[in-house]
Amino acid sequence: MISQLAVQGAQMLAVLLLAPLLIGFLRKVKARLVRRQGPSLIQPYRDLVRLMRKEVVLADNASWLFRVTPYLIFAATWVAAALVPTFATGLEFSWTADLIVIVALLGSARFFQALAGMDVGTSFGGLGASREVMIASLAEPAMLLIVFSLALLAGATQLSTVAAFMGSPQVGLRVSLGMSLIALVMVAIAENARIPVDNPATHLELTMVHEAMILEYSGRHLAMIELATFLKLLLYMSLIACVFLPWGLDSGGTGPKSLAIGAAAYLCKLAVLAILLAVFETAVAKMRVFRVPDFLGAALMLALLGTLLLFVSRSL
Amino acid sequence: MNSTVALLLCGPAAFLATAIVAAAASRLAAATRLVYGATLVISAVLLATAAGHLAGNPGEASASLPLGVPWTGARFRLDGLSAFFLVVVNLGGTITSLYGLGYGRHESQPHRVLPFYPAFLAGMNLVVLANDAFSFLLSWEFMSLASWALVMAHHRDEANRRAGYIYLVMASFGTMALLLAFGLLAGPAGTYAFDAMRAAHPNPFAAGAVLVLMLLGAGSKAGLVPLHAWLPLAHPAAPSHVSALMSGIMTKVAIYGFVRVVFDLLGEPAWWSGVAVLLIGGVTAVLGILHALMEKDLKRLLAYSTIENIGVIFASLGLALAFKANGMPSAAALAFTAALFHVLNHSFFKSLLFFGAGAVLTATGERDMEKLGGLIHRLPVTSFVFLIGCVSISALPPFNGFASEWLVFQAILRSPELPQWGLKVIVPAVGGMLALSAALAAACFVKAFGITFLGRARSAAVERAHEVDRWSLAAMAVLAALCLLAGILPGFVIDSLSTVTLPLVGERMPVQMAQPWLSIVPIAESRSSYNGLLVFVFITISASLAAFFIHRFASHALRRGIAWGCGFPDAVPAGQYTAVSFAQPIRRVFGGFAFRSRETVDMPAPGALEPARLKVEMHDVAWEIFYQPITGAIDFATERLNHLQFLTIRRYLTLVFLYLVILLLVLALWP
Repeated sequence: MISQLAVQGAQMLAVLLLAPLLIGFLRKVKARLVRRQGPSLIQPYRDLVRLMRKEVVLADNASWLFRVTPYLIFAATWVAAALVPTFATGLEFSWTADLIVIVALLGSARFFQALAGMDVGTSFGGLGASREVMIASLAEPAMLLIVFSLALLAGATQLSTVAAFMGSPQVGLRVSLGMSLIALVMVAIAENARIPVDNPATHLELTMVHEAMILEYSGRHLAMIELATFLKLLLYMSLIACVFLPWGLDSGGTGPKSLAIGAAAYLCKLAVLAILLAVFETAVAKMRVFRVPDFLGAALMLALLGTLLLFVSRSL
Repeated sequence: MNSTVALLLCGPAAFLATAIVAAAASRLAAATRLVYGATLVISAVLLATAAGHLAGNPGEASASLPLGVPWTGARFRLDGLSAFFLVVVNLGGTITSLYGLGYGRHESQPHRVLPFYPAFLAGMNLVVLANDAFSFLLSWEFMSLASWALVMAHHRDEANRRAGYIYLVMASFGTMALLLAFGLLAGPAGTYAFDAMRAAHPNPFAAGAVLVLMLLGAGSKAGLVPLHAWLPLAHPAAPSHVSALMSGIMTKVAIYGFVRVVFDLLGEPAWWSGVAVLLIGGVTAVLGILHALMEKDLKRLLAYSTIENIGVIFASLGLALAFKANGMPSAAALAFTAALFHVLNHSFFKSLLFFGAGAVLTATGERDMEKLGGLIHRLPVTSFVFLIGCVSISALPPFNGFASEWLVFQAILRSPELPQWGLKVIVPAVGGMLALSAALAAACFVKAFGITFLGRARSAAVERAHEVDRWSLAAMAVLAALCLLAGILPGFVIDSLSTVTLPLVGERMPVQMAQPWLSIVPIAESRSSYNGLLVFVFITISASLAAFFIHRFASHALRRGIAWGCGFPDAVPAGQYTAVSFAQPIRRVFGGFAFRSRETVDMPAPGALEPARLKVEMHDVAWEIFYQPITGAIDFATERLNHLQFLTIRRYLTLVFLYLVILLLVLALWP
């Protein structure tokens, strides 16, 4: 019981501490790909500390909701990230939430973020919120259909069970799984506001979505939101790693050696995924906002086809 | 006669007595307080009785009164299903009366509301208790007429008169469908008692016809697409607390009618009935919420979102039918429980949101969101509880809307075990539709809350707004607390529903309150589980930790400044995003097929001084395909028959003579 709680606590702290490092690593790789030196690996930590030390400049008609939202977004994202198996499955509180709940927790965070964007009453906030909910209205059903196909295969929406199933030899190579993987990657790109859906490095009004919503935030509030954004990227990478690369996962209470292997495997997986993301982002250009529905519609259709194919292959 | 049923029947009688007193005394100053106080007490007693029955689980009880058709009498019965719906109706009635104590004082014409309000509550109670077709239809019509009178309370408004007319036509159409359905169920023997109908087994053709008629009759009252067009007109036209009753509660009475006939009286369903109900439910959910997104009138937005939730409930009921038809009682119990849970949840948050819209209307006199904004500064309590309603209806954890939608998704995941191909393909597709509607609902309520309560004031009315009275705030606070409680303790609700599901689908969900940490586990823990309580606790703890850490170690400095407006000073409130512009990206994505929408931009030449114009054209497809031909045909027929009114007496006599001859000829030639 105590050791289980310790593992759960370690996971909560690990995701919190690793998330900025992942972003630092990603930025470094992207910089090196275009032959720049790039900022140091720990620059995101420094940015967060600097933001916390700065004063908050609040728009004069911002309400209490605007000030509470950063903490809510951070809390919902952190809880969701802590419930995805990273280095070990079957954690003490993993039964609190299945994959649908994790997706919905991120939905809660987004709901408040969009509201905070509208609170100040500038057109930027409204623009960001309106585009964000449009993207979410396509990304969320796609994500749920991916959950459906995984649940049909593994017979569960519980991530620990899904990971255990995906790691077992009975999976085999399936077309549906490939479709789900592609759809999941597309959804993850859209959800994390990465290129080609959104550009996290821009403040050009015509193209931004996520940055437009948080334009009025500063100081410690911005630090909370940035940290939540880092956590979200880590969450999606952990999710892809735990479902599609379930090797090396500790399956609960098997001792420190297996935990160490799990942690090492997790770090390797994150590094590989980050490099892949950096290469992809360097290779493609950002698309127009109204091309995004086509992009996400493709993800939705892939996920639906994957689910239907499973039904077909099962009854043959 | 059973004493519980007798007590429950005294309730409607007391409501009717209140209605009569109200009709006599409605012009008195104290009438408002008297009527809402009386309905509050009566509803609370009925609520306690029904809840006691549901919790105590003493089986069923019935009673009959020597009223109505000679030799038949009026029969009433209380079982798990009617007890559950009595709880929904009277919980709604109690809280609405509490709200009415404050809100009713702002009513300009109380004599047009007070007599019909208790009558409406009486009608809804009687529908749920009725045990024969005659009392059922009579109570149903009574409920419809009382609510029609409430819709017409402000009948000097042209739009309200039109809404009332369309509502009356649709209500009569629905009752006609119900009448035919009961006629088929009664069979050649003509038994009107539900007990006899339950014992008889209609042939498959008749059963199919009854299902279609129930979808038309109960579905038109509940607001299923394409019979929904009256609902967003009629529900917002009534005073806001009545809108809450109509949207939150009366649609549930319609669902009760559907469940009573299709799950109880009709016997074993055919598998295709599940397909029909599922598809209609899924389409209703998506189209309802898309319409809501396009709306800029706050109350109409809420009415359209009711259509979405009805779609979710019907999709879940369709799933339960499909499982029941295939002999999978545990899966059917899961889907059926999810549907009933959503019935309860929707009655909470939709009443809450309509109350909030009523508070905004009282404070500002506006329903048009484009004229609101910034109300969070003027109405702090209302905006907080409205926010809870918005989060709940958007199916976000840890509130109640998510708990029931999660159960629906769990039920959908049991579909691979279904044998029929049609179901296998349709269930995941409907699951996708429900997921889409949930995501769009979140978008819709970001818009509803963001445009109404956030940003800067768009009109002078907002600047003058003040927080509403304590009764209204108390009613909204109770509902907000119920939304949270049902979200973090879903196991309690699921267990109370076991007495409802057991007789109707032959199985119940596993006991949830015995689970460690009060989780809900529909099938097995390794499969899926959700713990709203712990999610709530975790979020609270991590948010508090973050806040503590920040306040301990980070800078406390805070400065107020003007918002960044691209360098333009003194940004005007009109430059904010509006309800229409917020929905524009979604309209561009979905509008083409849902509304056949078209946007034209009229851009003047460079240097010209006239303004640029953006014109949006949208169509309600259901209105154009279903309603317009019918109204056209009725107009055509009345136009042709009109001159029959202006004949001479000789011609009338000739017509009567001809009619007699034809009648006699038919009688003579009939074999």
